[in-house]
Amino acid sequence: MKIVVLAKPVPDPAAAAERLGSDNRLDRSAAPNVINGNDEYTLEAALQLVEAHGGEVTLVAMAPASGAETLRKGLAMGATRGLLVTDPALGGSDAWSTARVLAAALKEVEFDLVLAGFDTSDGVGGVVSAAVATLLKLPYLSSAAKIEPNPDAGTVRVRRISPTGFDVLETTMPALIVGTQLLGTPRYPSLKGIMAARSKEVAQRAVADLGLSTEGGGSAGDGAVGGSASRTTVTGKRTPPARAAAKVVRGAPADAAKEIVALLAERRLI
Amino acid sequence: MAASAGKAGGGAGAGGASAEARAGKTGKAGKAGKGGVWVVAETNPDGSLAKSSGELATLARALADAGAGDAAGIVVAPDATAAAKELATFLPRVIAISDPALKDHAWGQPAAARIAAALKDEPPGTVLAGAGPDGRDVAGTLLALLDGAVLVNATAVSWADGAASVEMGVFGGKLITTSTFAYKGWKIVTVRPNVTTAEPAASAGKVEKVAASGAAGVPAVKVVDRLEESGAAVSIDDARIIVAGGRGVGGPDGFELMQQLADRLGGAVGATRAAVDAGWVPYAQQIGQTGKIVKPQLYLAMGISGAIQHKVGMQTAGTIIAVNRDPDAPIADFADMVVVGDLFEVGKALLAELEARKG
Repeated sequence: MKIVVLAKPVPDPAAAAERLGSDNRLDRSAAPNVINGNDEYTLEAALQLVEAHGGEVTLVAMAPASGAETLRKGLAMGATRGLLVTDPALGGSDAWSTARVLAAALKEVEFDLVLAGFDTSDGVGGVVSAAVATLLKLPYLSSAAKIEPNPDAGTVRVRRISPTGFDVLETTMPALIVGTQLLGTPRYPSLKGIMAARSKEVAQRAVADLGLSTEGGGSAGDGAVGGSASRTTVTGKRTPPARAAAKVVRGAPADAAKEIVALLAERRLI
Repeated sequence: MAASAGKAGGGAGAGGASAEARAGKTGKAGKAGKGGVWVVAETNPDGSLAKSSGELATLARALADAGAGDAAGIVVAPDATAAAKELATFLPRVIAISDPALKDHAWGQPAAARIAAALKDEPPGTVLAGAGPDGRDVAGTLLALLDGAVLVNATAVSWADGAASVEMGVFGGKLITTSTFAYKGWKIVTVRPNVTTAEPAASAGKVEKVAASGAAGVPAVKVVDRLEESGAAVSIDDARIIVAGGRGVGGPDGFELMQQLADRLGGAVGATRAAVDAGWVPYAQQIGQTGKIVKPQLYLAMGISGAIQHKVGMQTAGTIIAVNRDPDAPIADFADMVVVGDLFEVGKALLAELEARKG
């Protein structure tokens, strides 16, 4: 099986240093970059699928050139190769532009499945994958807790999280699947994997290589991608108001319980 | 302020010029007339309207009052009748698209294809969708089908200078940004639950039944089985009160106490990733970075330290009460009250106190 994993380099949320630059775009130098946490779950699923069925895993990303190094960790986990779309003109891309670039990049790769994470820790929109699937006319299966391909039949089943349990979805491949944490804990790269990753290929493409243009300003139908074609603008930012310092309650549980109930009553919560 | 929803209103970028002035500015959009505000409704498994859709509809009315054009809603479901009638208590115009094929097909992408077909002849406006899994599926698909623009996870939406002005929390809530559209085509906004309170309109609107079309736009994904997970609890998405536990709860038995507290308070049980990974609580109840982001009026955190991965899922709760042995746990930095003690001892005492109060 040939599987593509959309793996986005993002500022490490654990470093808690993410910030917007003076241009209100994400400052990607403010924190060390890592592969988006939710994308590691789908990468783990992809690696297990090729272990079971044979095949290869290609990481596809749109990021600054430093993204090639970030993708190395995914290669160390076991992915076969990477494809990085990188172009200064892509800085400040909105969701629409990102979806169009990723869709164009996927045309460069052969695949049975494209796997994407539930959302990204920097954008948190969770809308790009559905747009990519729709642009490529791929069947779209989301909120996957389990992925079961049947390569002989050319079909795939997905267990999708529903409000009351799971829906079992089935469609033909190729298809795009959005995964969740339930796919399994991502593996750590082994030393052998880290060594092997050094010689794996991360191909790079610019916007023009994909047959896309950054000229046009983003009006309907002009086909432009990148920061200058962004259809949304950040107009302001502020720090959320801090909560007043917590009231600390110590003492016997029964007394503490009375204090809690008093606060709940005061705030009309009971 | 113009039309503002949610307590996060009043920030940068919103408010300003009068609705009339802005309406004049957008009036030049085209001969076809001015695009309005469209609500994409979601339905519950029994066919009734999802609670969050009533909130979206209320928000859409507020935006319409502020000059955004007419407010309308769309329901796409195997049988849209009941939910459409309910949505019409909030909105003057509702399009009901019943498509029995959706009974055994995934919802989001095909629903969006039908919505895109229904909106084909309308002047481009603003579409409000939920920010949950289904709303995201719809928003992403519409983005592609309508050649649109999208802003996500709104915690407040107002109308300013002829476009939606959208507040959202970024970087795990460390920052709130205000964004707007620089685009004349279709504009899509995904909106978080609980950003406003659903209020019916003074008079009910009318429902137009529209035949489903647009199915050819997206490939078919069949539902071949539906599995009920035993013990699927009250949904935490819309819960007014959440009682949450983590690793310290120790196991499924410990979560019984959480459930009793939640039952007594009229709320739902939530959990940290550690408790979900341990298999004590279903994933649907996980709160945090890789789980759900919730905004209840009360968050009772039992033995939860408040690590950043959990904090991002619950920090905007109205009141946060933490019970923790460690008074210096990170959660103390963003709680309203920290009770220093054992979660079981305090939990049982609280249950007794609540029961005594009830009499």
